[in-house]
Amino acid sequence: MELFIRQLINGLNTGSIYALVAIGYTMVYGIIKLINFAHGEIMMFGAYFAFLLAFTLSFNLPFLLVIVLSMSFAAILGVLIERVAYKKLRQAPRISALITAIGMSLFLQHLAQLIFGSTPYVMKPLIDTTPVVLFNFAIPKLTLLTIGLSILFMLLLSFFVLKTKPGKAMRAVSQDKEAAILMGINVDNVISMTFAIGSALGALGGIFYAMTYSQIYPTMGVLPGLKAFIAAVFGGIGSIGGAMLGGYLIGIIETMTKAYISSKWVDVIVFGLLIVILLFKPSGILGKNTKEKV
Amino acid sequence: MLKVTNLHVHYGVIHAIKGVNFEVNEGDIVTLIGSNGAGKTTILKAISQLIDKSDGDITFLDKSLSQYKPHEVVRIGVSHVPEGRHVFPGLTVLENLEMGAYYRNDKVAIKQDLQKVFVRFPRLEERKHQVAGTLSGGEQQMLAIGRALMNHPKILLLDEPSMGLAPILVKEIFNIIQEINQSGTTILLVEQNANQALQISDKAYVLETGQITLSGLSKELLNNDKVKAAYLSA
Ligand SMILES: Nc1ncnc2c1ncn2[C@@H]1O[C@H](COP(=O)(O)OP(=O)(O)OP(=O)(O)O)[C@@H](O)[C@H]1O
Ligand SMILES: [Mg+2]
Repeated sequence: MELFIRQLINGLNTGSIYALVAIGYTMVYGIIKLINFAHGEIMMFGAYFAFLLAFTLSFNLPFLLVIVLSMSFAAILGVLIERVAYKKLRQAPRISALITAIGMSLFLQHLAQLIFGSTPYVMKPLIDTTPVVLFNFAIPKLTLLTIGLSILFMLLLSFFVLKTKPGKAMRAVSQDKEAAILMGINVDNVISMTFAIGSALGALGGIFYAMTYSQIYPTMGVLPGLKAFIAAVFGGIGSIGGAMLGGYLIGIIETMTKAYISSKWVDVIVFGLLIVILLFKPSGILGKNTKEKV
Repeated sequence: MLKVTNLHVHYGVIHAIKGVNFEVNEGDIVTLIGSNGAGKTTILKAISQLIDKSDGDITFLDKSLSQYKPHEVVRIGVSHVPEGRHVFPGLTVLENLEMGAYYRNDKVAIKQDLQKVFVRFPRLEERKHQVAGTLSGGEQQMLAIGRALMNHPKILLLDEPSMGLAPILVKEIFNIIQEINQSGTTILLVEQNANQALQISDKAYVLETGQITLSGLSKELLNNDKVKAAYLSA
């Protein structure tokens, strides 16, 4: 039982990261029907930004400021990617945009390699790591912070999307672009905003991921990016709640597999799951079963 | 108020609108009738800047509309209710109406306009927390019109508001259009239901394969033999 609870907490930790990253996939898909394969690289750059801000400046930035600044830089990067590479392809066949996204992903990996080199940077945790005792369990502060901050940001996002005017405009654009234009909504700005938010949350996931595994390197976004994408599909691509749910489920499935089966099986099971979902419920857990409008 | 001069629109090689001229005077209901594929929707989209014209000019209150981006047209008082309603299916009725007032910041006036819409369409108030995708076709049409009114438009462009509605609802919608006009909104009404459209409008233009073939006062066209034969037979 104790092992189980410990693994559950680990699962929530990994799941928080996948959920944060999955939100970016699902939001971008919701608004322009594109799987942004460069999203894992935004996650990676977010981690590098945090590293640079935390360890290369001559003065010490508070932890929260490091996080917020890294998220902001990642947001700018995400908006730039959309404006430069994807915007012109909005009317193009899906496959062209998809290939561009894959190209962008590889471009960013190699750009990071040019700038930072391929030797991993060691990412020290940005907060002290003494465990906190909670219900008789010693839980690392980092784990608590990862779970807590992730949930906080997801609540903020939900409030934004459901209750604020720009959030409603975002949903309007994702449901009917032409009608949104007729309402006076600047669709280009709403799409940029979507990339900004998705990228900022992806960067936060990247920072937590780097702190959890203590390493940063140019291809670090590939595997968690793919798994977060699976989480988004699992939850129902296009659904923000689905991405959160899918992220936590994949995180928990992964840690439980590691603990009770074998760590060798983790990727087999997670990727196998993707195939099973695509075969039996392509719309995901919370996805709408309606046929896609083109 | 709205003036279309020598309008040409192409879709690739297809010449959809071939030199159309017409005018809508302030306070009028003007109708554009024509059968499937005549180019009615294309003309409304060109006015709203949703598609580019290849030649000609469209002015509203003496200002050329081509200087505006598509999302800016609504700000100068042009509201377009598109063919097929296009309500936001996943937003509630209330949220849809809020989107109609998207660019406005005058909270008090928006509230008043919302009340006016609810007075005109009591069904919408009853269902204000319902998701728009689950409304009936008639209710969706009312929502689409109500949403456009939330912009407080000077002119309302309506693309086949009677499409797919039961006869009794068609009558209701046309009554509502008349009421909206009587409360001061100019209307450009695109219709295939020529009979009803001619009965409530002041002026009419008949569009055939991208060209205007007939125009005049609506009550005259109602008695025109060619119109009777082609559009009022049913
Ligand atoms: N996106 C498009 N691409 C190519 N051709 C188009 C496009 N939209 C419309 N057309 C063509 O332009 C012509 C006019 O179409 P339009 O939709 O304006 O007709 P309409 O009068 O509104 O017809 P309906 O009563 O069926 O709505 C038609 O021949 C149509 O096939
Ligand atoms: Mg049409």
